[in-house]
Amino acid sequence: MDILSALGDGFAIALTFENLLLALLGCFLGTVMGALPGLGPSNGVAILIPLAFTLGLGATPSLILLTSVYYGAMYGGRISSILLNIPGDEPAMMTCLDGHPMAKKGMAGEALSLSGIASFVGAFFATWGLILLAPQLVKVALLFGPAEYFALFALAFMTLGGVSSTNQAKSAFAAALGLGLAMIGVDTQTGVPRFTFGEVHLYDGLDFLVAIVGLFALSEVLIFLEERHGKASAEGRQLKVGRLTPPLSMIKQCTPTMLRTSVLGFIAGVLPGAGASLGSFISYSMEKRLVDKEGTFGTGDPRGVAAPETGNNAAAGGALVPMLALGVPGSGTTAVLLAVLLSLNITPGPLLFTQNPDVVWGLIAALFIANFMLLAMNIPMVGLFTRLLMVPPRILMPVVAMVSFVGIYGISGSSFDLLVMIGFGVMGWVLRKLDVPLVPIILGTLLGNSMEANLRRAITIDNGDWWTLVDSPLSLGLWAIAIIGFVMPIIFGRVVKNKMRQRKDEEGAISD
Amino acid sequence: MIFKATRMTVAALMLGASAFAASAEGWQPENPECIAPANPGGGWDFTCRQVGKSMQDLGLIEKTMQVVNLAGGGGGVAFAEVVNKRGDDNDLIVAGSTATATRLAQGAYPGNTYDQVRWLASIGADYGVIAVAADSEVNTLPELLDMIKNDPTSVSVAGGSAVGGWDHLKVLIAANAYGVEDVRSVKYIAFDGGGEAVTQLLAGSVQAFTGDVSEAKGFVDSGDVKVIAVLSPERLGGEFADFPTAKEQGIDAIGANWRGFYAPAGMSDEAYEAWVSKIGDLYESAEWKDIMAANGLAPLDLRGDEFQTFVSRSVNQIQNISKEIGIIK
Repeated sequence: MDILSALGDGFAIALTFENLLLALLGCFLGTVMGALPGLGPSNGVAILIPLAFTLGLGATPSLILLTSVYYGAMYGGRISSILLNIPGDEPAMMTCLDGHPMAKKGMAGEALSLSGIASFVGAFFATWGLILLAPQLVKVALLFGPAEYFALFALAFMTLGGVSSTNQAKSAFAAALGLGLAMIGVDTQTGVPRFTFGEVHLYDGLDFLVAIVGLFALSEVLIFLEERHGKASAEGRQLKVGRLTPPLSMIKQCTPTMLRTSVLGFIAGVLPGAGASLGSFISYSMEKRLVDKEGTFGTGDPRGVAAPETGNNAAAGGALVPMLALGVPGSGTTAVLLAVLLSLNITPGPLLFTQNPDVVWGLIAALFIANFMLLAMNIPMVGLFTRLLMVPPRILMPVVAMVSFVGIYGISGSSFDLLVMIGFGVMGWVLRKLDVPLVPIILGTLLGNSMEANLRRAITIDNGDWWTLVDSPLSLGLWAIAIIGFVMPIIFGRVVKNKMRQRKDEEGAISD
Repeated sequence: MIFKATRMTVAALMLGASAFAASAEGWQPENPECIAPANPGGGWDFTCRQVGKSMQDLGLIEKTMQVVNLAGGGGGVAFAEVVNKRGDDNDLIVAGSTATATRLAQGAYPGNTYDQVRWLASIGADYGVIAVAADSEVNTLPELLDMIKNDPTSVSVAGGSAVGGWDHLKVLIAANAYGVEDVRSVKYIAFDGGGEAVTQLLAGSVQAFTGDVSEAKGFVDSGDVKVIAVLSPERLGGEFADFPTAKEQGIDAIGANWRGFYAPAGMSDEAYEAWVSKIGDLYESAEWKDIMAANGLAPLDLRGDEFQTFVSRSVNQIQNISKEIGIIK
């Protein structure tokens, strides 16, 4: 009851005309920024900090504006993933895998609205999780030492086979390439620069966003250029939009998926070293392992859209737990929010809930409001978003290229990053020609750093004893899941595939 | 995006106009800009944004301070940019701290040295602390250092900076002062930021934490962490007065993470003086005192030439320590 009355107070704070207007503005700007490749939630929030300061907003209104942007960007990232096969931000990468094939099948409208609903479900449960479990969840985060984090990342890599359904060797190659790219930069455990060639720009390693925009967006532009000159306007983009709301049966089919991935994504968000990208990735690959009996994931399965979207939005809510309760940011965006809190003279930490209850509960109420607003805003806007597909590629692609360049330059202000992005663009183009999946490259880069750092921390702490990696029940459990996830498909995969082939013969060409 | 940019400009112009009357005479930056040499969310970013906001609130600058995040190379990218491309920009200031000095001293900004820019002024200092978990049996700094002396493998010290970074150096300074012979044997574990390091202290993965007062404060208040030494010359004021200094425990170790600004070397003297006095005015304001108190910043008021000398001395000192412990040759 305490919680409910506190939440009631929170709503009283958040439900003023000014705050609602700020939430609406934040949701809108966030959605737009999330959808633009190159601008993710963390840049979105950072860009709007000066606005909050110039408007002279107090602590709670500023937070309401900025968290609305945060949630909005998490919603918006999926739009370009589905329509253009270009992730709007890191966590939205997994949505490309099934979202874009759905759009190609003429189900863009359904994919967008379904993912909107999935985002809502994930964020909604995560916000409840934040309210009910924040103090307890901090203890979960404390169970994770370096050894456990390493096991968690190993688990992520072992389920990597789930990402691409085509050639496992190629996705292993892609992941290895990503891991290699992650090595670039100053090694924090020894202070030695690796693969930097004396170039100071490389000392901090490669920026994931630069890599993503290059690999996905620019390579898309290059492919377009090539095809245009090759086969006239190729097959063009005669995509059908489909209906704008998903049929009830589709929602029903996805409900168990959404509930499971809400929990999974939330937990990944709570762990400070994991974050939203891992949340959406684990959600997708676990769900594929669990329910993909027919092998439809990767070809436009609605559940493959719902899983990562629920997962990354749940993780966004989860990441607020360590930020508020420990003062430790669980993701790039929460790091920015943390800085905002500090500059508003609020110190997040174990005592925040008792010292600044008005801020905390106002913020939580704002999250609920933003979430409902985003759902209400996103579903009717599906029709508008899908218009994007009607834009002829000869106009769309230059715009994509322009937004990519401006976006990347806007974040780091360095022209070196633009060169790196072009490099990635060319690399992405070559790899696409070779049919190498791009997602494992980003995952390798994204997770490789933390995986290596945690492995070496664990080993150093235990003076070079490798047994420390399996020294706690938690890490043993994680290793067990990882090994099962890796071995099972190898043993049973063949059996299932044979069955599938039989069934496909019986069904004939219906599946296409 | 365009819509938003115009909004912000309009808002900035309106505020600028209202502050115009209150602004001081003399040189004024036309488009004040602060480079934070890191991604949004870190200490340098905080320095730029907080100072920019407060300066505008106080009417010290007419327009909104533009904060530009120029990340890369632990600040090296920004440093090189200022030296090579923005060498005579009068409107530009850049956030710096002990981390900047540490990297300059260790030659981690290839080809750059501290005397290629003009150091403006400091805005405070964050003294280093060494802390242990509240339920640890260690209660004083000598106890911890004795453990390290007897068996360096028994104590893992976590910090938020890379190996060779300032958090690492602080604990080595203390170990050195206590007479630990081979300081390189001290086991230091680098985490991504002080917050993560404290979390691992609470999780029991490591035995000690080295970081700044502000990073530990929240956890001391909640009773999860006890500070066994603060590396300041004398006890800090206010709510931090309970922390014992290393000095009073017989270990002569001081480690201050100062925060301040530098400017391009070719900045005109007029602009340089104006920026120094603006930062000085900010430092003296009541608003800044509140911000310092809330964030655990200790007083460190050095301006102009005084600050130049301070930075050069600090670079030399770090160079000596780094050589002693074998980080540089």
